[in-house]
Amino acid sequence: MGNLRGKLLPPALAIVFSMLLCGLALVISGANPLSAFGAMVTQVGKGTTLVDIINSTGIYYIAALAVAIGFQMNLFNIGVEGQYRVAAVVAAVVGGSIALPPGIHTLVIIIVGALAGAAWAAIPAILKVTRGVNEVISTIMMNGLAIGFSAYLIRRDVFGELRGNNIRTPEIPSSGWMPGISFGGSGTMFGFLFVAVALGIGYWIMMNRTRFGFELRASGESSTAASAGGVNAKKMVLVSMLLSGAIAGLIGLPEMLGRDHTFSLNFTAGIGFSGIAIALLGRNHPGGIAFGALLWAFLDKSGLALDNVGVPREIVTIMQGSIVLSVVVAYEVVRRVELAAEQRRVGRELGTVGGAA
Amino acid sequence: MSSSTSVRTDDPPAVVLTGITKRFPGVVANSDVHLTVRRGEVHALCGENGAGKSTLMKILYGMQAPDEGTIEVNGEQVRFRTPSDAIKAGIGMVHQHFMLADNLTVQENVVLGAEALHGIGQKARKRIIELSGRTGLNVDPGVLVEQLGVADRQRVEILKVLYRGAKVIILDEPTAVLVPQEVNELFDTVRGMQEQGYTFLFISHKLDEVRAIADSVTVIRRGTTVGSADPKTVSSRQLAEMMVGSELPSPETRESTVTDKVVLDVKGLKLMTPDGSRPILDDVDLVVRSGEVVGIAGVEGNGQTELVETIMGMRKAGSGTITLLDKDLTKLGTLARREAGIGYVPEDRHRHGLLLTQPLWYNRILGYQTRKPAAKGIWLDTDGAKKDTERIVSEFDVRTPGIDVPAAALSGGNQQKLVVGRELSGNPVLLIASHPTRGVDVGAQALIWDEIKRARAAGLAVLLISADLDELIGLSDTIKVMLRGRLVADADPNTVTPEDLGSAMTGAGSTSAAVHETAVVEEGEN
Repeated sequence: MGNLRGKLLPPALAIVFSMLLCGLALVISGANPLSAFGAMVTQVGKGTTLVDIINSTGIYYIAALAVAIGFQMNLFNIGVEGQYRVAAVVAAVVGGSIALPPGIHTLVIIIVGALAGAAWAAIPAILKVTRGVNEVISTIMMNGLAIGFSAYLIRRDVFGELRGNNIRTPEIPSSGWMPGISFGGSGTMFGFLFVAVALGIGYWIMMNRTRFGFELRASGESSTAASAGGVNAKKMVLVSMLLSGAIAGLIGLPEMLGRDHTFSLNFTAGIGFSGIAIALLGRNHPGGIAFGALLWAFLDKSGLALDNVGVPREIVTIMQGSIVLSVVVAYEVVRRVELAAEQRRVGRELGTVGGAA
Repeated sequence: MSSSTSVRTDDPPAVVLTGITKRFPGVVANSDVHLTVRRGEVHALCGENGAGKSTLMKILYGMQAPDEGTIEVNGEQVRFRTPSDAIKAGIGMVHQHFMLADNLTVQENVVLGAEALHGIGQKARKRIIELSGRTGLNVDPGVLVEQLGVADRQRVEILKVLYRGAKVIILDEPTAVLVPQEVNELFDTVRGMQEQGYTFLFISHKLDEVRAIADSVTVIRRGTTVGSADPKTVSSRQLAEMMVGSELPSPETRESTVTDKVVLDVKGLKLMTPDGSRPILDDVDLVVRSGEVVGIAGVEGNGQTELVETIMGMRKAGSGTITLLDKDLTKLGTLARREAGIGYVPEDRHRHGLLLTQPLWYNRILGYQTRKPAAKGIWLDTDGAKKDTERIVSEFDVRTPGIDVPAAALSGGNQQKLVVGRELSGNPVLLIASHPTRGVDVGAQALIWDEIKRARAAGLAVLLISADLDELIGLSDTIKVMLRGRLVADADPNTVTPEDLGSAMTGAGSTSAAVHETAVVEEGEN
């Protein structure tokens, strides 16, 4: 009861606080915050917005899971952004150049994506384990390399082809697509969302029920206690980084397998960074991350309506930023209050038990 | 014996605490504490760890405000909001852990924060030299603190409070960091200063020392003062029983259970500093047999921590072999060594023993994540872990409302009982216990001693590292003295005294037949 309150109160407070902050920003810029928020809410029912939000939620969810695995052991994989970009190009190139029966073709593309993401993440992992290179710095640099590397791979003299005025990889044959659920005029939900749900369940089982999850959490909680308890720190860095990269490698696939069937210059960028914020928002918990991803997707998609009421759409970015900031602060405050309360409770219960100790 | 001539009874007392009450989350608070310290006396405040001594001194030193009660200094009621209020009233505190900047000189350390008194130049220097005579500190104020030994550092701490005008000096566990010989020097200093009119509040749980130095003793138990005693007539045992409120535990083991079955065999173990400049462990040979407790004595920082961590596989030895029951552990990792049958009670339970924000049952898994009852294959067995945590909680008397509370919510003694209980489960063949009773209350101490004795009788081999020489002598079957990374002497726990061990630990050489030197230590620069 108190536990649940401790989990739900901080994000709720943070959202209210950031709405107030954005409202203030809107008032200062001369707009009416109520009509702005109203426009965002009513937008959900219009056109394909609802399905877009759900699709987007799934993509953000995968991204945040990838980040959260590293966060569990205080490993900051900032490189999810680069990992999913490279993985998407490689998966698109492989998927577009092989012919396999339906189903198997899709599966191969997924596996290739995961492997490519893991391979891209392996470089900073190995650097950290062998040379102690800080993963934050190396993954950020790998992000820069990923942009160049993916641009190189889709050059026309490498794997790319010119279609209209867009450069893209050869289209994946329909045997490699993943069918979605169509809602007619309201859009089509990606079939990959089920993979996202499965990943969330798998993540929860791994963190709470397996030895690996225990070692990951122990390393994050106290690296010294973990090492005294026999957890091999280097192995944990390597494995969790590879796992994080493998999941990151799946981020580009919902759109690719369900809609685009190719990697082109229109590729959606920036999801890896959103994943960092969402993992923070969801406290690395699969349920919390789902909620964070949904909120993020809602803000993204219904923020498009703001232009209609004459409010700059960028206000959404301010809101996202302030939510993350306030959530981090709120969790820390609640954590301290709860620990003190717990100590008081234990003290009180033992005080009544009595006995010289 | 202490000189009672300088104690003046007709003046108003130096310090009177009346009805001090402090409520505090989770730990034993002070309730209705009364304490009267006469001017010019050495007044000892005794109590076990966690009894509330530190809280009381923090209140007197203005670091915390009491919820109820009054403080009088020299007959006047005062209210301290910060330590500087207390300093103004002439109360100074020497903390157990020194608060000195190693890379500054004695003078700079003393003047730091009190520049307004005598400046930072010649005037300050003159004052420091004048005061250092009173503390028995015979070094130039321009010497760097890093060049001083522990005892002199302590004098610098005393000097700091004198410089700020303290007349009443609180010494918080001042002997914890000293070897017996240094303790005697400290006591000489205290007596000398007492004759010059200074008043001391001496906080300790070492009763022999209290009886040797104090003019009067106040005992505190479970947050409240339970009485006073005359140190000249009371025995250590009586005092201890006042502290605990019941019969006393003793580390003494009865008969020897040592067998000739070698459990741990360490040969030629070497470990270099990270930069490779000098050895931390230098050719250590060590054998622990089934049913034997081998104690390692040594001043902290002579390689005991590193020895344990190397045996546990947390540090990588440069050379040498480690064998456990004919199994070569040298190349194995920490987990494999634990699985081979080593239980490990680390010296710092917060850093190395527990996941503080996790529930007790989750902590049960740590170190056992591959074994029953905490795991089945790659899966955690949370039910098994919870059930076994219940067992530990009841068998080891861990005082907790349940196994779902975070480890941080327990007191130090109960945390330690949980760690010891965990490390003794799964039938280990060797237990490595580093300072197993440091910072725990007497009740937990007795229980931990009993459990170690019981496991020893059942054939467990124990490697014990402790700074508590009584504990070491009482529990061990064999004592080895560690100095600068080498095992330099063996001592017979049946005949050796803490003083003998003390001299061997400082490298002063053997002073008794009970200590046999096994290696000659070259005088190095370290």
